[in-house]
Amino acid sequence: MNWEIFFQALTSGILTGGLFALVAVGLTMILGVLKIINFAHGEFLMLGMYMTYWLCTLFNMDPYLTLIITIPAFFFFGVIIQRWLINPILDAPMEIQILLTLGLFIFLANLAQLLFGPHVRSIETAYTFKILTIGSVNFASTRLIMFIFAIIFTTALYIFLKKTDLGKAIRACSEESYGAMLVGINVKRVYMIAFGIGTACAAAAGSLAMPIYYVNPHIGATFVMTAFVVVVLGGMGNFMGALVGGFIIGLAESFGAVILSASLKQLVTFTIFVLILLLRPTGLFGTKRS
Amino acid sequence: MLQEAVKRHLIWIAIFLILLILPFFIGTYLQHIMIFIFFYAYLSQCWNILSGYTGQFSLGNAAFFGLGAYTSSVLFYYFNLSPWIGMFIGAFVALAIGLFIGYVSFHFGLKEAFFALATLAFAEILRIMFLNMPVMGGAQGILIPLKGDAPLLFQFDGKIPFYYISFIMMVSSTIIVYIIERSKIGYYFKAIHQNEESAEALGVNARKYKIYATGISAFLTAFGGTFYAQYFMYIDPNLTFGPSVSFDIMLRSIIGGVGTLAGPIIGSFILTPLGEITREIFGATSGIHMMAYGAILILVCLFMPRGVYPWFRQRFSKSS
Repeated sequence: MNWEIFFQALTSGILTGGLFALVAVGLTMILGVLKIINFAHGEFLMLGMYMTYWLCTLFNMDPYLTLIITIPAFFFFGVIIQRWLINPILDAPMEIQILLTLGLFIFLANLAQLLFGPHVRSIETAYTFKILTIGSVNFASTRLIMFIFAIIFTTALYIFLKKTDLGKAIRACSEESYGAMLVGINVKRVYMIAFGIGTACAAAAGSLAMPIYYVNPHIGATFVMTAFVVVVLGGMGNFMGALVGGFIIGLAESFGAVILSASLKQLVTFTIFVLILLLRPTGLFGTKRS
Repeated sequence: MLQEAVKRHLIWIAIFLILLILPFFIGTYLQHIMIFIFFYAYLSQCWNILSGYTGQFSLGNAAFFGLGAYTSSVLFYYFNLSPWIGMFIGAFVALAIGLFIGYVSFHFGLKEAFFALATLAFAEILRIMFLNMPVMGGAQGILIPLKGDAPLLFQFDGKIPFYYISFIMMVSSTIIVYIIERSKIGYYFKAIHQNEESAEALGVNARKYKIYATGISAFLTAFGGTFYAQYFMYIDPNLTFGPSVSFDIMLRSIIGGVGTLAGPIIGSFILTPLGEITREIFGATSGIHMMAYGAILILVCLFMPRGVYPWFRQRFSKSS
């Protein structure tokens, strides 16, 4: 591998890593606060992609402008899902929780197939084919925009969690929900908001991905698997872990594609996944919990 | 004593006898649906050993299914080895991989969701590997060579032989689980499910028995893979190793009742015709039959989380 290819893979890995990080931050938030492994997370992303696709196609909207619609829309969608589907099973055994989100995953993917058909769709914008060049490295402008937005969103979310009262309440529920309830935090409300934010993250990632990737009803499965890897890598429920994990997996996939082949890049991801599960199930940055 | 036992199980014996003669009175489409009911009940029963009784929730039984399908098919394709023999080789391959997965998972103490995710990842690793192995047919898969009506090569004219094979598979898996349920190993499995630490305290080597459960489940699941390959005469990595295979397998037990003997069978009798009929009416690409699966799964989780069979039994015993 020469330097040219190395830098190309590095750039592409970092840019894609930003997207993975945004998806994973939403997933890890749901996991940290509600202790729910959400298999439907990728479907929120897929639906976000479709929403952007239709807004662009029908109303000729700029794909990045659609974010002002997808984010609030999916926040409320998440709140509703949490209120009616997730809340009743919060105290249920782990397998029931997994199965419910799995049911939601199957339902939403096939709902999309029923509504939009099984074929792939993509959008073209003025900047779709605009290629930026730095030195010998080329990349699509849409990838850079995606990366910048993803970083803005994760940073904003981080500040929100650190600085605002609501953010602190969410973190309190993540650490110890019973204690949070005792000090007067409305835990049910926090759960709904956390799930809403997690859903909105996935949908925002979908909107950002739409100018780059094709969408079909089953694209969510690929993303949710990657997001699981990132979340486990960073430590379940760990915000910074998900962010760093996103970049690690982004880089692992782009270098995997160069060194092995494009179709084998996921093998790298899953191998990392299994190794992390076996050797460090608390994640790279996790502390051992009793 | 025997008479009493016969009386008590009269309804089951009656159903058994009806199913035994049924294929001669129904058309090929209904035969196909019945074959699928038995086939999924069988696979789900195999899953039930590991996940229902022992409580180790697997999202990756497709790994063992795919290994069974590929081993017998590759041996048949290249060496003309009868799938009747190939399926035992496949079962031993799946057993080896199953014991390996069980060993590494439980050696490192994987539990609950972590084990579930790991099994999913193992199946995905196998799927991607087979997709990238041209010797194994790669993404194009393997077309099983047609030999006409050749019972010795697991190929038949018509569906009736497949009906009986799948029926025997379902019945024998249920008998196996029945025997396990009443043996020492079965009690260990259930003890591990209920409280692993207590089981360990009482001297059960939980890790060993969890590995055994994975092995048994893997070994039996592989036969289903060979059956699938010979029934459809075509396999590819997504059809055999894909996550939807694992989901399809476990859904039956979940709907029917996890960790019960009748659960996988009842679940399959409910879910399989529903899936096949909606697929027939609305077409396979409409997604409606899968939507129905998803909706049923959500409803079962919300309203009868222990499955249909325990739910009804509970209602029934309450009213009487």
